Amino acid sequence: MAELSKKELLAVYERMRLIREFEDRAASEFAKGKIPGFVHLYAGEESMAVGVCHQLTDRDYITSTHRGHGHCIAKGMDVKAMMAELFGKATGSNLGKGGSMHVADVSKGMLGANGIVGAGGPLACGSGLMAKVKKTDQVTVCFFGDGAAEQGTMHESMNLASIWKLPVIFFCENNGFAQTTPARYHCAAEDIAGRATAYSMPGLAVDGTDFFAVREAVAEAIARARRGEGPTLIEGKGFRYYGHFQGDNLSYYTDQDRADQKARDPIDKFKKRVLERKLVSEQELAAVDAKCKQLVDEAVKFAEESPYPTLDKVFTDVYVSYP
Amino acid sequence: MTRTITFREAINEAIRLEMRRDPLVIIMGEDIAGGAATFLQDKGSEAWGGDLGITKGLVQEFGRERVRDTPISESSFIGAAVGAAGTGLRPIAELMFVDFFGVCMDQIYNQAGKMRYMFGGKAKIPMVVRTLIGGGFRAAAQHSQCIYSVFAHMPGIKAVVPSTPYNAKGLLIAAIRDDDPVMYFEHKVLLDTSGEVPEESYVVPLGKAEIARKGKNVTVVALGRMRLFALQAAEELAKDGIDVEVVDPQSISPLDESTILESVKKTRRLVVVDEDNPMCSMADTIVRVATTQAFDYLDAAPKTVTAPHTPVPFSAPLEDEYIPSAAKIAAAVRAVTK
Repeated sequence: MAELSKKELLAVYERMRLIREFEDRAASEFAKGKIPGFVHLYAGEESMAVGVCHQLTDRDYITSTHRGHGHCIAKGMDVKAMMAELFGKATGSNLGKGGSMHVADVSKGMLGANGIVGAGGPLACGSGLMAKVKKTDQVTVCFFGDGAAEQGTMHESMNLASIWKLPVIFFCENNGFAQTTPARYHCAAEDIAGRATAYSMPGLAVDGTDFFAVREAVAEAIARARRGEGPTLIEGKGFRYYGHFQGDNLSYYTDQDRADQKARDPIDKFKKRVLERKLVSEQELAAVDAKCKQLVDEAVKFAEESPYPTLDKVFTDVYVSYP
Repeated sequence: MTRTITFREAINEAIRLEMRRDPLVIIMGEDIAGGAATFLQDKGSEAWGGDLGITKGLVQEFGRERVRDTPISESSFIGAAVGAAGTGLRPIAELMFVDFFGVCMDQIYNQAGKMRYMFGGKAKIPMVVRTLIGGGFRAAAQHSQCIYSVFAHMPGIKAVVPSTPYNAKGLLIAAIRDDDPVMYFEHKVLLDTSGEVPEESYVVPLGKAEIARKGKNVTVVALGRMRLFALQAAEELAKDGIDVEVVDPQSISPLDESTILESVKKTRRLVVVDEDNPMCSMADTIVRVATTQAFDYLDAAPKTVTAPHTPVPFSAPLEDEYIPSAAKIAAAVRAVTK
């Protein structure tokens, strides 16, 4: 696997930083009452979305989860359109008709955050099947959580992808909790990745807070998928800073959990590594920090100033055509 | 050039013609190739072609890449059809019996049916789910329902209920070419019925009803297999001087309200026949359309002839009692013409 150039490292850092900035700001805008509905934040898991998506092109697909903002940003979506979507504005990526749980941009290969836990597995098999039938080299990454790992759809999908040798990477973001229920309770297995054996595909668990570990595991899985050799299951073990949704009081996190999380922060980890190896400078990273803050400030301003959809939009785009 | 073929052959022919025309059309489902041909390259070997032989021969012509047997995993393969449709194919998925929708409904109504809307119109899901419906096979409660009204209820999904070999072929071709998700309901008792069908490709438009019999005294709206029973009843009633107009909606979503209303305004009396259960049914919807939009024209309260609000029973006399009959339709017509 080729080393990343300085430019690439800074691009990776920018995507991770942008996710964190976006999520922290979404939390405060939600608290102010600017963002309605349910919001599930990705902060703490940035190394997984970016570790995967920086290796994909716009022609490759991803399916996502409730906690989808990070996947959207990692896949290259515009944060202005995303923030406007969270605000329910006409300029949103989904014209204000999807919201946080359904942010999507098919043109970027982002097949949508999804309000149904485990629903992405079958969809990922579908885009994988498309690539196989059309004989393209496109791959699909199916992001799912440890909670979704217990859904029948995921088991069905891993089996289907394996028997059909579909170019799909099943990436389980194990943040340790399905809502408030710990993985050590809801999951019979020590490693979700171990389930790969049952579906005759490679499976490995990695430190999901380590960008470089994620990158390496996924690089091999992508290469395998592009070679037509079928799916891989990768489990990234990580955590989330925020609750399942905004409003969750996090009573299930101990002080020790908090301390462990801080010590494993994926952005700090990335910074430490690239600075120690003198691959980039403090100043360069600080410039990225400032840029991300500005991008998110602009996104919030854009969202605030944008109009709501006109009321006729209730009735549009249910169908392509309906007499 | 037309010739007489069965309903089953008409469906097979529609799929075959569309797969020849458009390489993006694929088909998948449980045992739809089936048997030896799934695993052998030998294209001459016999394939099962689904439980009732509807897709027989497709794998020999189009190969296993485009004609895919699936595991018994309805969520994953119906969902795969959604994902494939959203990214550029035009898949047909076969849900063996509609009664199985309980194990894959999320992918139909939460994913296929809502994606376009939730994404602000920036996606389309051109897919067809073909599925068997209906009683008469002594197949008991989990293999005999119609239950299509559930799908008509759902925004984002279109739904068609063919009744003759002619409209079976034309509606399926229209469904495959349509850019929205379409549920296509095949009544298992109709599969062996025969009728005149052109050899070439043609479309019966979605959302368009057909006047199956012209008449002036009573409108009978009848869906799917019930069209045949309504026509039988009409012949009986004609002997007594009651001239029945039979309207077959063909599609239940979109529903061709104007053809139904035009007929009701002419005859001033309405009977709706539906093999589905009565609560929240197409029968109720059609009565609502008539009473809210043509109230002043009606000379009698409309009547419905439906299955009862029960599961489908197994025992032959019970199932025969369950399914609406020509005699029950005739009685309802006499009641509204009194």
